[in-house]
Amino acid sequence: MVRRQGPRRRILPLLEATLQPRDLADALAARGAHPTALPLAGGTDLMVEINFDRRRPERILDLSRIAELAGWDREGDELVIGAGVTHARLEGEMGGLAPGLGMAARTIGSPQIRNRGTIGGNIATSSPAGDALPPLVAAGARVELASATASRSVPISEFCTGPKRNVMAPDELITAVRVPVAQGPQQFAKVGPRNAMVIAVCSLSVHLDAVARTVRTAIGSAAPTIVRATEAEAFMEGVLDERGAWERPGPLPASALARFGELVAAAARPIDDVRGSAAYRRHALAVLGRRTLSWCWQEHRA
Amino acid sequence: MKLILTVNGEIHEVESIWEGESLMHVLRERLALPGAKNACEQGECGSCSVMLDEVLVCSCLVLARQAQERSVVTVEGLAPPDDVGVVQQAFIETGAVQCGFCTPGFIMATEDLLRRSPAPDDAEIREALAGNLCRCTGYEKILDAVRLASARLGAMG
Repeated sequence: MVRRQGPRRRILPLLEATLQPRDLADALAARGAHPTALPLAGGTDLMVEINFDRRRPERILDLSRIAELAGWDREGDELVIGAGVTHARLEGEMGGLAPGLGMAARTIGSPQIRNRGTIGGNIATSSPAGDALPPLVAAGARVELASATASRSVPISEFCTGPKRNVMAPDELITAVRVPVAQGPQQFAKVGPRNAMVIAVCSLSVHLDAVARTVRTAIGSAAPTIVRATEAEAFMEGVLDERGAWERPGPLPASALARFGELVAAAARPIDDVRGSAAYRRHALAVLGRRTLSWCWQEHRA
Repeated sequence: MKLILTVNGEIHEVESIWEGESLMHVLRERLALPGAKNACEQGECGSCSVMLDEVLVCSCLVLARQAQERSVVTVEGLAPPDDVGVVQQAFIETGAVQCGFCTPGFIMATEDLLRRSPAPDDAEIREALAGNLCRCTGYEKILDAVRLASARLGAMG
């Protein structure tokens, strides 16, 4: 007789006492002393893994009480956004300073999720579907990292190295992200089955810089990391220069918008997965490219 | 280490908890407050919604330790025992309660919305309730309930 056996259950160890530093210096000291402790801020990703026994860290390092991480400020032409700033605050407070980031934040989860999830958590999780990431890449943001003994600043485009992989060392924490203040219209658009509670099938940020006269793009959820569509950017910058459009902003020809969309789609490296096929993602990105650029341009002309 | 937190205005001490335990688990299993419902445990359904220091959260995604020395309000804390608040009454009258499982979460999300925006339009209501799932009502009665609660609270000034 064959005895049926259920799936073998792992016997998971209990967790050690949670570390709850009250300031950044204590947090960095704790991170250095316990590099295997899991940093936890809003918990919107990591609590799911703990609830479902997918992850059982030895310890948790709770970052939710650190005042230094919880605010943002303007320093000259840059915003310095603390890692603990929630999506809800980005949604409500970025206004004209970083409109793309504000728009992206508004598409994340639900009010409950946006009230807890943080920009630092979104960056540290380094998912290609992290919605705060495309506007940060398009803006050329820098991630501020610190350990108990040193600090460094890494361009966001170099921070994420693959799906859920990044250059953060085991003794480092993200303290802030530095985002250049917008110098023109910004847009973020995301495709999913609903207007809320959706992990992006694909997404796109488009930023116009009316001072430097540049077009910047960043594609989410359609490559192992967030990628820029540099050919699309160069193409559109060429179109705008050639037409003298920055000085005399007239309507853009439909053919140029369509070509921009095609070049955006061509820059993606999507895969087939549960959320959508590679072919659908490419198609949708071409549409998003055309649409977001035309929205930006309408705003620039207004 | 003891967990000390305020729930519905009362200070509670929980002698020992598992370090990975969620706030939802503490509320339901250790403090006998079953209003916050246990459904998805991944922030998808909103049925465990509570206020943490006056901020609407999914209690399943809050590490219980993160609520140490903080203040939680659950659906049980919205009105005295055997009474209901304006939002709860509006849900009852409009037929927004069917099986009732999602109701506490919707009530908390509605309380949060009407505190921020006393006279929301329909788009605002939909966005505010986007994180709460209901499998019975088709949502129309819930929208009616929010409109009714908003009107009554407005009339009360």
